[in-house]
Parts: sequence; structure tokens; C-alpha cells
Amino acid sequence: MPFKPTPQKFNASIKEVVIGTGDKALTLGGEQVLPLYSFDGEIKNPPKVGVEITDNGPDKNIPGIAAFYAGADTVPDAAAKACSMPGVSFISLALEGADPNGANKSVDDCVALCKAVSDKVTLPLVIQGSGNMEKDKELFPKIAEALQGKNVLLLSAKEENYKPIAVAAVQAYGQKIGAESSVDINLAKQLNVLVSQMGITANSVVMNVGCAVAGYGFEYVASTMERIKGAALVQNDTMLQMPIITPLGTDAWSVKETVVSEEDFPEWGPLEARGVNMEVSTAVAVLAAGSNAVILRHPESIATISKFISDLM
Amino acid sequence: MALKGLDIFKLTPKTNCKECGTPTCMAFAMKVAQGALTLDKCPHMSPEALAQLGEATAPPMKAITIGAGDKAYTLGGETVLFRHDKTFVSKSLYAVSVCSDCVDKKLPEIAKIDYERISERMFVELVSVEYKGDKAAFVETVKKAQAANRTLILDVKDLDAAKAALEIVKAGKPVLNGANESNYKEMSALAIEAGVALGVGGANLDAIYDTVKALETLGNKNLIIDVGTVSVKAAFANAVQIRRAALKDGDRSFGYPSLVNIAKLASGNAAMQTALASLFTVKYGSIVVLESMNYAQALPLYGLRQNIYTDPQKPMKVEPGIYPINGADENALCATTVDFALTYFIVSGEIERSGIPVNLLISDAGGYSVLTAWAAGKLSASSMAKFIKEQGVEDKIKSRSLIIPGKVAVLKGELEESLPGWKIIVAPGEAVGVVKFLKELTA
Repeated sequence: MPFKPTPQKFNASIKEVVIGTGDKALTLGGEQVLPLYSFDGEIKNPPKVGVEITDNGPDKNIPGIAAFYAGADTVPDAAAKACSMPGVSFISLALEGADPNGANKSVDDCVALCKAVSDKVTLPLVIQGSGNMEKDKELFPKIAEALQGKNVLLLSAKEENYKPIAVAAVQAYGQKIGAESSVDINLAKQLNVLVSQMGITANSVVMNVGCAVAGYGFEYVASTMERIKGAALVQNDTMLQMPIITPLGTDAWSVKETVVSEEDFPEWGPLEARGVNMEVSTAVAVLAAGSNAVILRHPESIATISKFISDLM
Repeated sequence: MALKGLDIFKLTPKTNCKECGTPTCMAFAMKVAQGALTLDKCPHMSPEALAQLGEATAPPMKAITIGAGDKAYTLGGETVLFRHDKTFVSKSLYAVSVCSDCVDKKLPEIAKIDYERISERMFVELVSVEYKGDKAAFVETVKKAQAANRTLILDVKDLDAAKAALEIVKAGKPVLNGANESNYKEMSALAIEAGVALGVGGANLDAIYDTVKALETLGNKNLIIDVGTVSVKAAFANAVQIRRAALKDGDRSFGYPSLVNIAKLASGNAAMQTALASLFTVKYGSIVVLESMNYAQALPLYGLRQNIYTDPQKPMKVEPGIYPINGADENALCATTVDFALTYFIVSGEIERSGIPVNLLISDAGGYSVLTAWAAGKLSASSMAKFIKEQGVEDKIKSRSLIIPGKVAVLKGELEESLPGWKIIVAPGEAVGVVKFLKELTA
């Protein structure tokens, strides 16, 4: 008697969001099965991998990263080069230096950088903000204006600052926004409801529900994402059907395991391998829990995750 | 299929004798139906009723024990597909695969991975010995692997070789991973005789399913299902469908733990080994066999496993105590935070990044975050003062400066009263500010 599988294909589906323009544009979401369950039904748009570049340029202290970007001395050149990285579907520029508690770069400088990067890249562009809510509120509407027509994704609008960002980015200039909450299904849903009440449709919104890396409270991330996908597909909750994007490059390279030197912890071996494995392990875990896209830094992690996804499709 | 409370009630003695610990037979039946009590708690059930109910109230997935003594592990016994529904009970175990050519090189590498993280010892629990066609070489490798002091997996389909290896190591209760549709009868006899769990594989799910059924008919229910190495996609599909059939669709023939051999699925690609090991840690691999294990792989993998297999109702806690960071000695500053593992790791990580020696004092704060612990009365001036006294901090450490979390700045005054002679310093509200704060403090 053969085994009778019971495929779980749902009538509900994750909403589709398009980023970028032309033949390199990408679509997130659209699936009607649980994350990576291609055996239950076709996954219309397999998860995507993006490469993160900060406004300070790639981290030249990591040999594999330095080697890949050799010769690309400016941020726009590095972004252009990143487009040729195997496995990459989009570029994510992180405006770390805009943070008022850090380098506090001016809005004009940041907008100019975004424009310069946008002119150089051939892949869709995602812009990560400074992390400071007040600054992002000023920054994103200006970036949205400067990059009109490029269909970029602006990460991220939070509950405290989503209004001006949503109005300018989506309604005035037709960009896409990320709705950022911190590892809690109710907060994620609430923000989606607030954004939708401004008349913004789901196909302009991607969720960034927050992340922690492997070993650092990842259970909350796993359960938040799994519950969101469950609510979206099983219960057809339209306010949780937006695709999920997870930037994890910054976190993966800033925990003890990926910061302390080999001199201090000789048995742990080279820092670079620790960072790559931390990115890989965390990326797999968020993809399995429900992320439709991950943002990483190292070429080896990106190649690995890209192959991992295609092996499962 | 799960039984309703009423169905169970019909078969109880209906005497309300209370010997099971519940007030009535009806209450007992309801608890059994929910899985809160087992049938054997009632001493008056008739044998017929037990036989009738036994199968129906058995857990959907068997718990299988492998190994012996202090190297015994339980696999399976899961009741939910998602950890937020209840909890995962048996963590994935990691194995490294060895063969006659590589055993001498790999065993010392395996032994190096051994460390503690949040009161849990992290090491490679299992060694899988692969048969490559030469019985003598296999037996020799098994002997060497036995010396590594790990529970073994015998990855062998050849009967003679399996028999010879079991003769040597059966007392350690290894897993005999080698049954398939053509050899299952003989393999099962070997496994039963040695009293070990049998790994069952097959070309596809149908073949595996049929072989499991056949083995169950032979009376062998001490099984582990090998999800196969046809492809990454097939292995994942099998692992998920097997677990789902057992837990969601109530098909007990797939109610066994699983084994995934990623040493074969991603041979020669260390980063992909990490990727697949992570995948099968979160999705239904009871045993994950890797090609090798180094610290770069172990640090995220064991951390991930520890996170996923925590009980959602119980926060992860670190043991109370004095944790010297950056080589802190008796003259170093003291700082405190709560015992919630996530908080501890973030705070200790930031202190490490600062490079400044600090004695981190962790008291029992119930495993809550700072504000929650404070609100629950678990982190207070008196709890800190008590901790400092009980641990003999004043005898062990000369410094009388104590840094407290910014979120409980309100405790400063009270602490100064309850800890005479101490200088209380308030840290920033978020851990990200710790490095800058410590550097300025000690500048």
C-alpha cells in the first residue's frame, strides 16, 4: 500500500510585490504553500538573496569581501560590482552613516549617494535607513523623490514614522516600503493595518519583522515568522499576507562569535569563516520560517544560500 | 486517531474512585484525551479496554532511545509541527561521518568541539561509520570510532559487516542504519538480537513506507527513518512529509524519528553543510550526519538548536554567579544584569567588545528581561544586596563600583542604602551604548 501524502496547498496566497524595473525586476511572494515546501505546490517566486553594502563601503577587513570588491573604491562602484556577484538578485544600500548618533551624514549627502548608486546598478535596489526614526522620516521621502521611476524598496517604516514615508514614497513617487516591527506578530499586523488605512495596497508593502541571529533568541524570530505565514495562508489573514524581507548582514557580523579575534579565541579559527557560517545558518533558518528574501554581506554566504534555494525548488 | 474524552469515558470503570488523582472518571477521561494523563494512572481499567485504547491513545510519534549509559539519547516523541504550538522535546543530534580512510584524521577534530553555552554541553554526540565495501576495514574503523567515546551509527547495508560490527559495539546501543526493502528481514533480526534501533531507508517515500509497515508486522517498532540522499529537495520533502503524516494526519507508520545524511547530500561543501544542517535542525531532522564539524559551523548551529528546542513557556536562563569578562580580576568594576539568556548574551557580548575587564554579577531574576524582572519584583535593591552577600562578592572582589542597567535607574537610591560603601553607576538603557559608556567610564 503506497504512502498517501496530503499536500498542503492553500487557497490563500502571499501577495506579490515587484521591485525594480525592466527585465531585472524581481517579484517577492505569490506562493500558496508553506515556506520552501515546493513538494506541496509550485513556489511561484523562489526566495531572493540580496547583497548589503553600507555607505562606508564593503568591509575591507574580511579577506573574501575585500578580494571581491578589489578595485571598486567608491560606494557606487562597489554597488555596481556587487551586481555581478553570483547568486545576487538585488542590491541593498544601508545608510548607516546617516545615524545622528554616528557619522550623522546629511540628508543631501545620503540622497546624492543613493542617486549615484542607483545610476550604477543594474539590479533592483533596496535602501536601508539609518535606524534612527526621526532621520529616516526626513531621509526616505527625499530618496523616494530622487529615485522616482526606479521602483526601489525603502526599508523601513516603523509605527512611529510610517506616515510621511508611506505618503511620499508610495503615494507620491510609486516606490515600495518595508513595514518594520520587532519580532511580534501582533505588532507586524498592526503596522500593516495602519499602512493599509492610508490607502496603500498590499502589493506596495514588504514586511521586515525583525531578526536575531542563531543563538541569540532566534526562537522568537522563528515563531513570529511561522505564525505569520500560518495566519496568512491557513486563516487567509490579508493583513499578514505581505512578503517578508530579512536583512541580517549587520547582526550576523556583530555578535561575539563573529567579532572576537582568532588571537583571543584560537580554537575558534578565522573570523571570516565564523561570519560566513553565521550568515548561512541564520539565513536558512529565516527562509525556512517564512522570509521571502534575505540580505547578506559575504560572497560565499550569498552563493551558498542562492544554491540552497535553487536546490529546494 | 485521537479519541474524544467521551469515547474513553465509556471504557472506564465509572466508579469515581479517585485513585487516578482526578475527582471523577469523566475528568480522568478528558485528561487522557488531552494527553495530560496516561491510561495506566487508572488501576481498574479492564485488559480489553486497555487493548482497545492503548493503540488509540499512544503518542503520534514514538520516542526512540539510542546509546547507553551517559551517552543515551532520546529521539522523537514530538507532538507538534511548530514549536509555538507547544514545544519540541527531543533536540536534533549531530553526527560526523567517518570511513576507513578518514577516521584517524576526523576523530581528533570531533573531540575539539566541546564547550558550554547556557548550561548546555555542546559537542558532536554521534559518530557515523560508513561501510565502503570492505568488511575488515569497516570493523577496524568501528573499533577506532568506539574509542572516541561517542554513540555510534553503523551506516551499513551488508549483513555480514553489520553483524561483525555489532558484535563489537552492541553494548553501546548504536543505531544500525541499513534496512531497505531487500534486506529488512535479516537486518531487523540483527537489530532485535542486539537490542538496537534500526535505520530504515528506501528509494522513495512509498518504498520507505512499505518497508516500515513490513518491519512493524515483524514486531520491530524500534525504528529510525533515513530520509535518503537522492537530492536535497527529496530529502527535505521526505523529512517534512514523514513528520507531517505522523503528527497532523495521524499515520503512525511514519511516527518515527528521522535521520538525514548531509555528508552525502552536500559532500565537499562546508558552507552548504552548515546550510543543510540548519535546515534540518529547524525542520524535522532527529539525527543530522555531517561531513565534519569545526567551530565556525558549530557556533551558529548549536546556538540555533538551543534556541529552537527551548520550551516557549520557559525562558532560557543562565546560572547565577560572578562572570569575569575580559580577564577581570578582583580589582575590576562590577556590573549586573538579569539572568535571561538573551539579555546576558547581548550584554556580555558588548562588554567583551569594549575590551574593559568587568565582573558581571548575575542574580536569579526568574529568567525575565530587565523591565519584566523589575516589575515582577525579581530584580530589586534587596535581591541584589542579598545576592552580593550570599555569593560573598565583597570578599572576592575589591572594587566597590556597581553598574546597573539603565532601565532600572530607579534602583540607584535604594541600592546605595542597601549596599553601604558601594558606588552605584547607571548604564545606558540599551546594550548598544555599553561599549561607549564603559570606555568613557574608565577613560
